[in-house]
Amino acid sequence: MNFETTIGLEVHVELKTKSKMFSPAPVTYGQEPNTETNVIDWGFPGVLPSINRGAYQLGIMVALALHADVTRETHFDRKNYFYPDNPKAYQITQSEKPLGTNGWVEIEVNGKKKKIGIAELHVEEDAGKNQHEDDGYSYVDLNRQGTPLVEIVSKPDITSPEEAYAYLETLRQIVQFTGASDVKMEEGSMRVDTNLSIRPIGQKHLGTKTEIKNLNSFVHVRDGLAFEEKRQQSVLLSGGEVRQETRRWDPDAKETILMRVKEGADDYRYFPEPDLPPVTVSQQWIDEVQASLPQPPAERREHYIQDWGIPAYDAGVLTQTKEMSDFFEATVAQGADAKQASNWLMGEVSGYLNAKHMELGQVALTPGHLAGMIKLIGDGTISSKMAKKVFKEIIQHDTDPDHWVREKGLIQLSDPAKLTPIITAVLDDNQQSIDDFKAGKDRAIGFLVGQIMKQTHGQANPKVVNQILMAEIKKR
Amino acid sequence: MISKDSVAHVAGLAKLQFSEADLEKYTDQLAEILDMVEQLEQVSTKDVPVTTQSIHLANVMRPDVAKPAEPVAELLKNVPTKKGTLIQVPAIIDKEDD
Amino acid sequence: MDYFKTSLDQLHEQLRTGKLTSQQLVDETLAGIDKIDPDVAAFLAINADGAKKQAAAVDAAGIDADQPLSGVPIAIKDNIVTKGVVTTAASKILANFNPIYNATVVEKLAAAGAINVGKTNLDEFAMGSSTENSAFKTTKNAWDYTRVPGGSSGGSAAAVAAGEVVAALGSDTGGSIRQPAAFNGIVGFKPTYGRVSRWGLIAFSSSLDQIGTLTRNVKDAAQVLNVIAGHDERDSTTADTPVPDYTERIGQAIKGMKIALPKEYLGKGVDPAVADKIKAAAKQLEDLGATVTEVSLPHTQYAVPAYYIIASSEASSNLQRFDGIRYGFRAKDVHNIEDVYVRSRSEGFGPEVKRRIMLGTFSLSAGFYDAYFKKAGQVRTLITRDFETVFNDYDLIIGPTTPTVAFKIGEKVTDPVTMYMNDILTIPVNLAGLPAASVPAGFVDGMPVGLQLIGKPFAESTIFQVAAAFEAQNDYLAQIPGGK
Ligand SMILES: [Mg+2]
Ligand SMILES: [Zn+2]
Repeated sequence: MNFETTIGLEVHVELKTKSKMFSPAPVTYGQEPNTETNVIDWGFPGVLPSINRGAYQLGIMVALALHADVTRETHFDRKNYFYPDNPKAYQITQSEKPLGTNGWVEIEVNGKKKKIGIAELHVEEDAGKNQHEDDGYSYVDLNRQGTPLVEIVSKPDITSPEEAYAYLETLRQIVQFTGASDVKMEEGSMRVDTNLSIRPIGQKHLGTKTEIKNLNSFVHVRDGLAFEEKRQQSVLLSGGEVRQETRRWDPDAKETILMRVKEGADDYRYFPEPDLPPVTVSQQWIDEVQASLPQPPAERREHYIQDWGIPAYDAGVLTQTKEMSDFFEATVAQGADAKQASNWLMGEVSGYLNAKHMELGQVALTPGHLAGMIKLIGDGTISSKMAKKVFKEIIQHDTDPDHWVREKGLIQLSDPAKLTPIITAVLDDNQQSIDDFKAGKDRAIGFLVGQIMKQTHGQANPKVVNQILMAEIKKR
Repeated sequence: MISKDSVAHVAGLAKLQFSEADLEKYTDQLAEILDMVEQLEQVSTKDVPVTTQSIHLANVMRPDVAKPAEPVAELLKNVPTKKGTLIQVPAIIDKEDD
Repeated sequence: MDYFKTSLDQLHEQLRTGKLTSQQLVDETLAGIDKIDPDVAAFLAINADGAKKQAAAVDAAGIDADQPLSGVPIAIKDNIVTKGVVTTAASKILANFNPIYNATVVEKLAAAGAINVGKTNLDEFAMGSSTENSAFKTTKNAWDYTRVPGGSSGGSAAAVAAGEVVAALGSDTGGSIRQPAAFNGIVGFKPTYGRVSRWGLIAFSSSLDQIGTLTRNVKDAAQVLNVIAGHDERDSTTADTPVPDYTERIGQAIKGMKIALPKEYLGKGVDPAVADKIKAAAKQLEDLGATVTEVSLPHTQYAVPAYYIIASSEASSNLQRFDGIRYGFRAKDVHNIEDVYVRSRSEGFGPEVKRRIMLGTFSLSAGFYDAYFKKAGQVRTLITRDFETVFNDYDLIIGPTTPTVAFKIGEKVTDPVTMYMNDILTIPVNLAGLPAASVPAGFVDGMPVGLQLIGKPFAESTIFQVAAAFEAQNDYLAQIPGGK
């Protein structure tokens, strides 16, 4: 029997704001428990929420970046459930009228492009955190409580774990380019819940789905889904039935583990939030946000390939993050050759950042300095060997490369009028080497070049030295 | 008509528990209240919008400006049991973070 | 201090001219409470030390000549949070709750120099019409200690009516200010929804709750409302419209005022003796030059069921935060989180609160939402439209505040539906978010009757104008409650 797979992904993305979704408490990361909260975050008796306009605007931004229709008249709803990290025992979210509907992203798997629909996205408040300890108690930290989230729900268009992976990668990039979120799985600013079902090919209705929760990397998502796909297949092939379950991916054992069996749907008793007036989004607001959206990664890749002749793979790497892409474009704008800029960014710059576990924003390098260095190489002012030294300087310090190479005397000696007397002097002192060369010992040339470099403290342009040297030997 | 079972189910949602006698009493009283509520069926509400708020406001929002957090010692004042600045609660069992 | 024979203006005059200090007034008030409250049981907590400190500060700073509340002790319903003064909402689940912040109205009163003298009793979480649902004590009607003071602001009403304080704050979700005011022969004022900030009011039903005043005199109510009204950025449901001086139209003639009297408000279930008092009141208003015309509010009879669904649904969600984790009562010997929730809530909430939580949870639950919560919200629209239609042609609506005078303690508490029907005349106002007052309109069998005056949204001034004109025609306040 052959099966087809249907995957749904619910992605929570933390919006980058100064204050919380419904309280003016600060949004921070990694502070002492409960030190970044107020009475609203604690759900004290008598407190009331208020909507963070900046957070809502970031939600609109994400919606537009995902080609979704922005809902013009909407309101917030309460989702009721008890849990210690949920202090009001309800989450303020959007249920009846989500902020955006009907979006899509285009993914590419094995060279094939496919549109994945987004059913809806809505803004809501994050919960706090529970820490489970083995002393018979759990501990609650409400610092994260109220952090603005946008939840992005895919349509059932994803049909393989690879597509799920590509969808997440594309989604991450698109959202990252809007600047609305850091979208970092490892820091929890992007979180993914999945569900997967299979059905015999030809069967109309979807099979029973299982959920996998708490996945902390895209690889885990892909591997977890692939495992679930196989597990469900073997259940069905052995005549069994798939149960509606929530499972957890164990990356060490490389399998999903049953957490609980779901009996019927949860009853969250949604109803409109009476403490918050409705939200109406004007066309003007939408237009303003649209105008402020940075160019998305797909368009940028197209531009790099078509207009700058950058290979598709390189264009992909350069658009991994908005920071890298912006840096690249700024370097080109400062006069650097696009190919050279791309090579440096993908090579030396990325290598340095990876080795130091740093990000572009954390090093001293500026597009202007990188472009300046590339120009110095291009016009022969410095050798590529020198360039390594210059690079080390400009990535660590805010140093103008042109100034620096002149100050340090690192400029390449290319003037024949200056080089010729040095070369003839070296030849005068090394008749033996000339003889060796003429006798067919090519290695002798290396010795002579070495001597010339020594005389010029390594600054001689090797190409020019070579030409003069050959001409002078011929004369003798 | 509401049954004792559905009253027990609702109690579960509301995190309340009742003795058998109370469950019966609540079932009777809820039935009586719902009887009264059934009058609403007489009212034709086709195409009538729902009122959830009586004041006609919209777009009441604040700018994204953070105000300082409340001192944690103050917030912790009413907590029954705590550890450091954490709220302590008897163990959470058998449910993942949502 | 003889609060039966004084008004805010008179107190202010004595304070301003130095015939009386705020500290003396507080001392006298505390002494009065000591004497009266053992019978009336209006207070849950007396803020003696805090009040004395506040009074000393006001005396030191000098009485504010422009602020009639400066230096005057006021009682606050115990569902309004007061920093450092235990606030219980009359529930065991908050028995030891010590708020770390003040309600906006408490801040505003303090800024005006008013003194928080204590916290008054109520039905637990304001759910009730008799104050019998308090977890701590049963407040008595100031006129007859065997009768209920009404509710849920029964403590505030009884405290004012019994002469313990000149004014008190209450909250009104379905009549909880007007009904106890009527039962105790005083003035109760519920402002338009959104006129007074709910920040710090422990929520019962968020879309219906509104803080208001209980006073003996109409002008006193206007003066307290002047202080507490206004936009609050912490309450997104407050109106951004300016607050007029509510005393402005007090004393103005009401000649030409168009007043409507809905026939449904004098119909079945309304005690004929009470109806007579209201007809007599209507006649008095006509004598003052107003016209009083019979109108219809056809959906009135559906207000009670719609209200109980909406209020209970919102309450079921609002009261979920009382879970034994961050504050309030946590049951003993609990070993897992489910026990913390279920046992703390089951032991912490009283029977009426549980009943409403159950009704509300049911109304919102899967499969019932449309038939109950949504339907009630639609009926709410029709009730609001009824009022809008009448207000197209009239300035004010009048009627009785309650169908009967105060009933006996214990008489209705076991029968929720009968108890709920007691609010039939006040509930429609909350559903429509309108301002309304109850003013004394005479006596039936020695017990006070209240005349309800309902205004257009944000037309509080019209109510004050007519209420003051009516008050001036009568001397019901000259009768002093005897308790019995
Ligand atoms: Mg959600
Ligand atoms: Zn969510």
